[in-house]
Amino acid sequence: MGNIPTIRLENVSKLYGDSFAVKNINFSIAQGECLALVGHNGAGKTTLIKLVLGLLQPSSGELSIMGGSPQDTNFDKLREDIGFLPEQVLFQTNMTGREMLKFYSRLKNAKLNQIDGLFERVDLLAAADNKISTYSKGMRQRLGLAQALIGHPKVLILDEPTSGLDPLSRQTVYSIIDEEKKAGATVFVSSHALTELDNRIDRVAILNKGELVAIDSIENLRRDIGLKSIIRVSAKLQEIETISQNFMSNILKLEANKNQILLACPLDEKPILLKALFQLNLDLSNIEIIDPSLEQVFMKYTLDTENTNEEIAANG
Amino acid sequence: MDKVLTLIFKEIRDGFRNRWVVMITVVMALLALTLSFLGSAPMGATSISPLAVTVVSLSSLSIFFIPLIALLLAYDSIVGEAERGTLTLLLVYPISRNQIIIGKFIGHLILLSLAILIGYSAAGLAIALSSETHFLEHNWQSFIMLLSSSIILGAVFLSVGYVISAGVKDRSTAAAIAIGVWLVFVLLYDMGLLAILAADSGQIMGAELVKWLMLVNPTDSYRMYNLTSTNETALLSGMTGLSAENKVSDYILGLIMLAWIVAPLSLAGFILKRRVI
Repeated sequence: MGNIPTIRLENVSKLYGDSFAVKNINFSIAQGECLALVGHNGAGKTTLIKLVLGLLQPSSGELSIMGGSPQDTNFDKLREDIGFLPEQVLFQTNMTGREMLKFYSRLKNAKLNQIDGLFERVDLLAAADNKISTYSKGMRQRLGLAQALIGHPKVLILDEPTSGLDPLSRQTVYSIIDEEKKAGATVFVSSHALTELDNRIDRVAILNKGELVAIDSIENLRRDIGLKSIIRVSAKLQEIETISQNFMSNILKLEANKNQILLACPLDEKPILLKALFQLNLDLSNIEIIDPSLEQVFMKYTLDTENTNEEIAANG
Repeated sequence: MDKVLTLIFKEIRDGFRNRWVVMITVVMALLALTLSFLGSAPMGATSISPLAVTVVSLSSLSIFFIPLIALLLAYDSIVGEAERGTLTLLLVYPISRNQIIIGKFIGHLILLSLAILIGYSAAGLAIALSSETHFLEHNWQSFIMLLSSSIILGAVFLSVGYVISAGVKDRSTAAAIAIGVWLVFVLLYDMGLLAILAADSGQIMGAELVKWLMLVNPTDSYRMYNLTSTNETALLSGMTGLSAENKVSDYILGLIMLAWIVAPLSLAGFILKRRVI
């Protein structure tokens, strides 16, 4: 398989009336890759996911998943290899979790004896035979995730998988994304929880008002838009003053009353600055390095704010 | 086909789990029993089978009741899933939109048939066993025709219900339209026809045209079928006069009903295919 893209979009547009929901989208996701789709509410994320799933027909452009077009009548066989978690799904509450997974497994021609394993993976085995009405929100979301994992999908599409979840449930979602990636699945995930996704995804696609404004690895995106790393140093006042004299051009903010100084530098120069800082041989009480988060990268691309670094300094 | 079966079983289980079947069966049996015993009381000891009386009474009840419960069962089936988000999920699975409609239809029809068979048979057996006529000498033919045609009537309104459910955006709209459709078919259509007939007083519209206009309505076809099913029922319902010259063959009535099942069902599939998910 190697470099054959699992998901490929070429000039895909979707019109609702006269307005574009998504416009001229081009990208592909390789097998085993994890691509995160980010964008504001209404940026066209869900439309794009529905196009990929074949729930919507593109107004123009070409789209293929695992080599087939979702609009083709013979796409059904390939659907068995797709796992999908919708943004919001309210399963019937009068069924048990197990009955629900059995139902979906049958629709996918998947083996029923893997259901226990699925419950185990999402940490729901103990509640498998309880009615869904007794499940908490996090449990329902995890059941949805188990549903998406039925039949070892080759393509896993998750729409906002962590929205409204507690940290523990979120962690389950992330570790499953990791596991699936390791098993060779292609993962396409839309999310708001950008910071948490940071080191789990290979590339991020940023959607703004229906258009793809950037698609690259987070590292490259960070570098390209020139966001800076921030180094927060805490020390006694005397030390702070020494630092400020030595790193005049890097000072972002000096908080003498908190015994803190914030230095900013381009990502690449971080090691140099730190080296120089240590060479001063000062007695420091703390050093904190804040790299621009995915959120900031995202904000930069969608809002084009010039003062992102200053904002952090102000809030930090 | 396996997938359609999976959907059918799920609908049936849902029907049992939310006690829908039990409720409707009990209501049907109670109504049928009340109607039957009240209906057969005035007959006294005549040669007419009390079961034939029951058939005439029950078919009048069914015309109102069966379309209503069929519409109640169907109106929510697509739009409800759309609102819950399960329709989106279902459509990502390897199952076609037509299969979804067919699966729901068969599942619901089995539920409705169970309610009709159990509810009406309970009434039929009670009547047959409590009368002096020998059990086997009752007019079972009419009764079986009533049961089967009631199921077909249910199928018609299930199909119509899916058209509503596939075509609207929210459940409350679907419910309102379902009630409207019910009113039109069981009440307003005939009243309208009657009003036109009275105004026209036979000048433009001949009896033949009026008859066919009436039979286009599936509830009227159902009525015609059951009230003229045997000489006994025709006699009881005052349809003997009609039977002689104007009776429409069961074959044609069956075709009308069949068309009312197939056409809306296809339309529902067509609408669902174009529905923006």
